[in-house]
Amino acid sequence: MQFQVGNSPFNQNQVELLNQLLTTLTDSQKIWLSGYFAASITNSATNAPRSTETTSKPMKDITILFGSQTGNAHGLSKKAGATFKENGFDVTVSAMNDFKPNQLKKVSNLLIIVSTHGEGEPPDNAIIFHEFLHGKRAPKLDHVNFSVLSLGDSSYEFFCETGKQFDKRLEELGASRVYPRFDCDLDFEEPAAEWLDGVLRSLNEQEGGVHQEVAATTMTAPTSTYTRSNPFKAEVIENINLNGRGSNKETRHLEISLEGSNLTYKPGDSLGVYPENDPELVEFLLQELPWSTSDSVTINKHGDILSLKEALTTYYEITVLSKPLLQKIADHTTNEKLQELLSAGNEEKLKTYIDGRDVIDLVRDYGVWGSSAQEFVSILRKIPARLYSISSSIQANPDEVHLTIGAVRYTTHDRQRKGVCSTFAAERLNIGDKIPVFVQENDNFKLPENPETPIIMIGPGTGVAPFRAFIQEREEIGAEGKSWLFFGDQHFMTDFLYQTEWKQWLQNGTLTKLDVAFSRDTEEKVYVQHRMLAQSKELFAWLEEGATVYICGDEKNMAKDVHNTLLQIIETEGGLSHEQAEEYLTNLQQQKRYQRDVY
Amino acid sequence: MGTDILKAPEGAPSRNEHLKKESNFLRGTLKEEFEDRLNGGVSEDANQLIKFHGSYQQDDRDLRNERQKQKLEPAYQFMIRVRLPGGVSTPEQWLVMDDLSEKYGNGTLKITTRQTFQMHGILKWNMKKTMQGINQALMDTIAACGDVNRNVMSNSNPFQSELHAEVYEWAKKLSDDLLPRTRAYHEIWLDEEKVFSTPEVEEVEPMYGPVYLPRKFKIGVAIPPSNDVDVFSQDIGFIAIVEDRSLLGFNVAIGGGMGMTHGDKETYPQLAKVIGFCKPEQIYQVAEKIITIQRDYGNRSSRKNARFKYTVDRLGLETVIEELHNRLGWRLEEAKPFHFDHNGDRYGWVEGTKGKWHYTLFIEGGRVKDFENLKIKTGLREIAKVHKGDFRLTANQNLIIANVSTRSKKKINDLLEHYGLTDGSHFSALRRNSMACVSLPTCGLAMAEAERYLPTLIDKIETIIDESGLRDEEITIRMTGCPNGCARHALGEIGFIGKSVGKYNMYLGAAFDGSRLSKLYRENIGEEEILNELRILLPRYAKERELGEHFGDFVIRAGIVKATTDGTNFHD
Repeated sequence: MQFQVGNSPFNQNQVELLNQLLTTLTDSQKIWLSGYFAASITNSATNAPRSTETTSKPMKDITILFGSQTGNAHGLSKKAGATFKENGFDVTVSAMNDFKPNQLKKVSNLLIIVSTHGEGEPPDNAIIFHEFLHGKRAPKLDHVNFSVLSLGDSSYEFFCETGKQFDKRLEELGASRVYPRFDCDLDFEEPAAEWLDGVLRSLNEQEGGVHQEVAATTMTAPTSTYTRSNPFKAEVIENINLNGRGSNKETRHLEISLEGSNLTYKPGDSLGVYPENDPELVEFLLQELPWSTSDSVTINKHGDILSLKEALTTYYEITVLSKPLLQKIADHTTNEKLQELLSAGNEEKLKTYIDGRDVIDLVRDYGVWGSSAQEFVSILRKIPARLYSISSSIQANPDEVHLTIGAVRYTTHDRQRKGVCSTFAAERLNIGDKIPVFVQENDNFKLPENPETPIIMIGPGTGVAPFRAFIQEREEIGAEGKSWLFFGDQHFMTDFLYQTEWKQWLQNGTLTKLDVAFSRDTEEKVYVQHRMLAQSKELFAWLEEGATVYICGDEKNMAKDVHNTLLQIIETEGGLSHEQAEEYLTNLQQQKRYQRDVY
Repeated sequence: MGTDILKAPEGAPSRNEHLKKESNFLRGTLKEEFEDRLNGGVSEDANQLIKFHGSYQQDDRDLRNERQKQKLEPAYQFMIRVRLPGGVSTPEQWLVMDDLSEKYGNGTLKITTRQTFQMHGILKWNMKKTMQGINQALMDTIAACGDVNRNVMSNSNPFQSELHAEVYEWAKKLSDDLLPRTRAYHEIWLDEEKVFSTPEVEEVEPMYGPVYLPRKFKIGVAIPPSNDVDVFSQDIGFIAIVEDRSLLGFNVAIGGGMGMTHGDKETYPQLAKVIGFCKPEQIYQVAEKIITIQRDYGNRSSRKNARFKYTVDRLGLETVIEELHNRLGWRLEEAKPFHFDHNGDRYGWVEGTKGKWHYTLFIEGGRVKDFENLKIKTGLREIAKVHKGDFRLTANQNLIIANVSTRSKKKINDLLEHYGLTDGSHFSALRRNSMACVSLPTCGLAMAEAERYLPTLIDKIETIIDESGLRDEEITIRMTGCPNGCARHALGEIGFIGKSVGKYNMYLGAAFDGSRLSKLYRENIGEEEILNELRILLPRYAKERELGEHFGDFVIRAGIVKATTDGTNFHD
């Protein structure tokens, strides 16, 4: 026979040892053993009575694997782990890539908490595991109970795609779904808490009511006073444009006071900011609506009431359209054109329509929905917080957090469009104003623990933000490790973000090397990857010395190009095949020596 | 002549002297620094050296504070000054400069007070391309700045075209022959292959030697009666002597210069003194020997006192003449009589010889730019496209469209009218005789505004001028942002030197023909006080002047200021 955690009173470890032993035993040995144990336990029980509960009742194990880019899935996993522990589970929480796939055989309860990145891609620290599970080497998982919590942003076409894929795949591999998958939008706290409750209840039910008292789930309960759901109203103490006159860009440097919040953060973490909508845009929308701007609407389950104008300014998202949003609206309108847009066969048309348009376009094109202001707003999603990589070290700037925000402005569909939070910061945020913020940890983007480890930082544009935090921190703690920054933007004269600071760090040795690429200063466009290639020998030598490589910034073009350039450098300088170079880089990733914060 | 008199002042050589010596004939670290991508500017040493290549590092001073807050370094950029002997440019060259200024500069061109093009706002990475563009148009920037002989000026008077051509050829030859011989410029900017040998100093720089001159050196050639080049403001002035429409030769004047330092009476503007006459073909030899005297005996310890004028005043004019004769091996002839009328320009159409016409265009402050209501730059571009003659950049920052055939005259005239380009006759004669250096925001030496401010000051003075009935009275007015005197303030009948933002020293009493320096009249005054003074002075001049008396002469006769009879009593 084969012991399993589910069919025996033993835990994972014991099961393994027993299974190993049992296969080697002869029948007579087995009989001898059973007699021996029966006798010895009777003896000890009479000698020293013990709580049979703790020994006989098996510790139920649960493995929580997360894939996280910005840290939300990671944070949720930690909280879920804590909840299960309180409920008597033997909990393992791990990033997917840190989890050895062969351990899957030993898992009985598996929770997947994963976000979706870009165009339906898994986050960096899930890629390898995702690949493994979808490949031929994936094991049968008949013995596994699972549930999936997926995080995403419904304004993207492949909403929660990675979670959906895991959900489907686990089922295909024979695992049984103990609780249905939840797909969470940006405003994920409530659904995530609900999911966790559900999972816990189901697992306990399966257990046959062993654990009668279910500890309250603490998904939304703050571990510190200020969190995503209870942000700190922080005062803006500096707001400057980092781009010189004549630049095509506007990058705001914000300094925010955390005084009195007890909030803290590490270099690499992000700050969540809740912006307000552009009043001009709200005005446009209100002009299209048949209701009075002062009509009051209830905005949440707590029954908080705001005027329509206020609600559209401070609470509801009006700048993004998504398929789920349009579907909900379709239920509240009889507009045939909209119904038609949503009907089968028009998927491409729908996608094209959604792209780059907002609620004002929708109302202008398809009319108003709902019979009241309340009904109108209830369909809208809450303004999600924007996450920005923090550009300061709290060691160097006690009670302060700095952000580096590129103002987004472009024209599409005959109207100028503005990034909600970036232009909120650029156009309406004054020194002395207070904005709701929270700290979002990001364990996937951290300085090496050893301050002597060399670091290579590749961060063009606003991607340079966390590296300012890194270098501030390293200067503050007197780290001895070498550091090398690759920065790029359009023009040297106007777009060299934090120029004087980098130059000073270079001079005092905190920064060892600095390479810059300004794409529009020369006829031939030059980017950071060209500077990397030009120094491939030295760069590879740094890798061989154990350097950690960081990439931060634009995902679509930059991060891909830089990734390929790294591969090329490793291939050439290491004398490796393309596959070996890929393996080299994967290895770095597993050792946390290749970290990315891309968006 | 005692050899004890003939020596350079004692004292440790200045920093620049070391720098020149160690620069390997003006190379220094320029090549490396211009390839470096981390810095928008270059080191202080490189900045000193690059002057010899015709460029200064500058920064946009308007943006200094703002950029500091933005965590950005100063907006470093470079000025490029072309070496353009006599200010003569072909239409093709004009178009190249126009194009380069759009592509790499700040979109404008400055016609300097030394008859050449200056471009501002060039970024480090565009320097080489700009230099190469200039060279492809058969111009260069060698020795346009630095401790060498600079751009040689020459009269641009269109009345005497034939003479102008002849004198220009001498000026050009002088400029070319006095160039440094080092190949540094060609290696750094034009990618000339470096020759790996170590030639003797005498082979590389037979005249200048390894440390070049103690300070800048300027030569100008005038053709009386026009003193447009301010021949007495030059280290060497050559005054063409004409008899029966043919060039006899040149009177030689030495020891002029405008610069001084605020608060240092050991420094002063000085006028060159006529010391004799030479034949045209002797002009190079005379210049060369004078330059070697300055090379050997100039002050290499204090740059403030290093110009040739101080060498002459220290050694004594007679000593210097004696030494010159010794070095020449022959004596200059006695100076010939000459007469100057004025140092300004004569505007509008003038018919020259051989049926050619010349048009002198008034360009305020020498700034070739497209203004909101006046598209000077576009207009001149269109003219350059069709013009078959040449252009002459004048010492008064104006432009002569020269050698226009009778047939082309109408076409040029139409373009002038179309773009509203004029001889300035609708302005006061005061404005037409105004000059201002570049100053803020690009010049690192500027203490106060000049080019950007003088036009608005003149607007206000014109009210007084009109009330006094002096609209057509020619009075020269010159403003410089610092005491170095690029706009030759000390030769303006009304002169201003910047002291600090909005404050100027006001000078009066220079001669209209450039033969007498001015005198300090009021110190450190602002616009209100300037206007208040002129509200008294100008009406009084209008009332009390004698027939044909110039303003500069009047203020002396009326006892308003004492005449400066020599640079050495400028501060008295």
